[in-house]
Amino acid sequence: MPKTLLDKIWEAHEVAPGLLYIDLHLVHEVTSPQAFDALRLAGRTLRRPDRTLATADHNVPTDGSNRAAQIRDQLSRVQVETLERNCREFGVPLYSIGSERQGIVHVIGPELGVTQPGMTIVCGDSHTATHGALGALAFGIGTSEVEHVLATQTLQQQKPKAMRISYGGELGFGVTAKDLILGTIGRIGVEGGVGYAIEYAGPAIESLSMEGRMTVCNMTIEGGGRAGMIAPDETTFRWLDGRPAAPAPVPREGWTELRTDEGASFDSEVEIDASALSPQVTWGTTPGMVAPVSGAVPEPASEGEERALVYMDLEPGTPIEGIELDRVFIGSCTNSRIGDLRAAARVVEGRRVSERVSAMVVPGSQQVKAQAEAEGLDEVFRRAGFDWRSAGCSMCLGMNPDTLEPGERCASTSNRNFEGRQGRGGRSHLVSPEMAAAAAVAGRFVDIREWEVAA
Amino acid sequence: MNAITVIAGNISVLRRSDVDTDQIIPKQFLKRVERTGFGQYLFYDWAKEPGWDLDPNPILVTGRNFGCGSSREHAPWALEDFGFKAIVSPSFADIFYSNCTKIGLLPVILPEEEVEALMGETSARVDLEEQVVSFGGREVRFETDPEIRRRLLAGLDDVGITMQRGEEITAYERERERSGPVTTAL
Ligand code: SF4
Repeated sequence: MPKTLLDKIWEAHEVAPGLLYIDLHLVHEVTSPQAFDALRLAGRTLRRPDRTLATADHNVPTDGSNRAAQIRDQLSRVQVETLERNCREFGVPLYSIGSERQGIVHVIGPELGVTQPGMTIVCGDSHTATHGALGALAFGIGTSEVEHVLATQTLQQQKPKAMRISYGGELGFGVTAKDLILGTIGRIGVEGGVGYAIEYAGPAIESLSMEGRMTVCNMTIEGGGRAGMIAPDETTFRWLDGRPAAPAPVPREGWTELRTDEGASFDSEVEIDASALSPQVTWGTTPGMVAPVSGAVPEPASEGEERALVYMDLEPGTPIEGIELDRVFIGSCTNSRIGDLRAAARVVEGRRVSERVSAMVVPGSQQVKAQAEAEGLDEVFRRAGFDWRSAGCSMCLGMNPDTLEPGERCASTSNRNFEGRQGRGGRSHLVSPEMAAAAAVAGRFVDIREWEVAA
Repeated sequence: MNAITVIAGNISVLRRSDVDTDQIIPKQFLKRVERTGFGQYLFYDWAKEPGWDLDPNPILVTGRNFGCGSSREHAPWALEDFGFKAIVSPSFADIFYSNCTKIGLLPVILPEEEVEALMGETSARVDLEEQVVSFGGREVRFETDPEIRRRLLAGLDDVGITMQRGEEITAYERERERSGPVTTAL
């Protein structure tokens, strides 16, 4: 019987029905302390330290502090120090603050090559779906499940239903992976993927870079899906070639079998014309409240949308391009990889950030930061008036000092525009790195398709 | 985890859809390294809005897609610590649903019109054994995955159960584990 990519990975990892083996467990400081505590309390050990990897990301200040002791916020400091202590005690490899490999957990996995096709990967974080871009089954879990994986390297799981979203055509000029996924969520809704693992397919996906694919899979959860996946291909193999944890040579033959067979059936199939998508901007307080940049803020169609417009302080009918901004944030596990920074840098090269706007760029990892600096991107951003920061989650959720003030309006390359997500009372609009960069310069949203890049 | 059979009592109504975990428990409270004491921070920002009124009754009744967003188990911890024992909604986000079942907070899915009807009542009775919610003189059936139901009814500790299957896991590792990255060798 023809099988889906999900079927193949699932079957290879079933220890027994309902018990799934986990190949890689990623750990960060926020959702792990209670799990380590529970292990300690029950006198249990960590089953597979060699399949576990930790980093500090959510709490780290992005000001260049390089030791936990330098974190001024006491609770944040305790949380990072607790992670360091737990990792020492249980033998978990850790890239904490100050390490040259530290960064957002979903950026460093693929970057180090520990994320590989065909694996099962979990992390106490909903954006774990990011890793599915390399053809893995990757999903977020809660702290009780973190404890379960630490102790047993397995999870009690029911197999999700399978959905395929197929994109016809190619993305147009100026339309990015971020726009593709925002447009998709606008279409299926924030609940559309609940209960599903979503496989993204079609020419528009195949021609995306590895980084673009990660952006797409990353936001699967915003459409309700727990896992997003893309069949590995030459783009994937080239990405993995030479990475520290990747096998050398990369086993192309074995990995090409990791794709959905012709004729395999899905529980749900969605088709989207990629060529019809425009650059997207969210106007509300869920990622599904989204419009083309050339459009306008819509009339509210529900109580939730009414509430969202009040919170966002927007009137129906306002052109998206007329929305003025106070802040711009380029970063987060959705859009902070080197390709994202290069794309944003091309847009700002030779220009200045609007006087009205305070803008920051936060590389997803210390390695991305080093690479960007080697290419001189930091100088491009600095000259334009951007604040150039160190790696971390930063203003994606503001558990660290980077936050919005009440009432501030921000163009953000992150993944969630929930009320207060980036700071209490802050108003977030989700966009691509290119659109965020252009918005920083213009002080309002602009259609990136009409932007002239300096020669 | 305590065993659940019947949860009965007054209901609290939160008439909103797509309630995300950032609202249930905002990020600043995720810095705590303890597992208890989150109830006081439940809906921290919303609770300051005029007209906000949510009592710590045993049953919370709410709108679609409850618990969307992050995987933070702090959200169920806060709801449970506040006093809720069951949450009734037309639908839940996947990770949130699973997190609730791990701590013995019972998520109950009812059709939209039944949730709407229940919102008009003051009390209800949720019976997990029979899988029915009774209110206003009626009984409405709900479905729970049999395995999850069995664990909730018995109040079983998942980790403990799986630890007893150590040999199966070892056999899997010996025979079928794929070669993969060795994080300790990086
Ligand atoms: S960057 Fe944002 S979404 Fe990604 S892991 Fe950090 S807090 Fe979560």
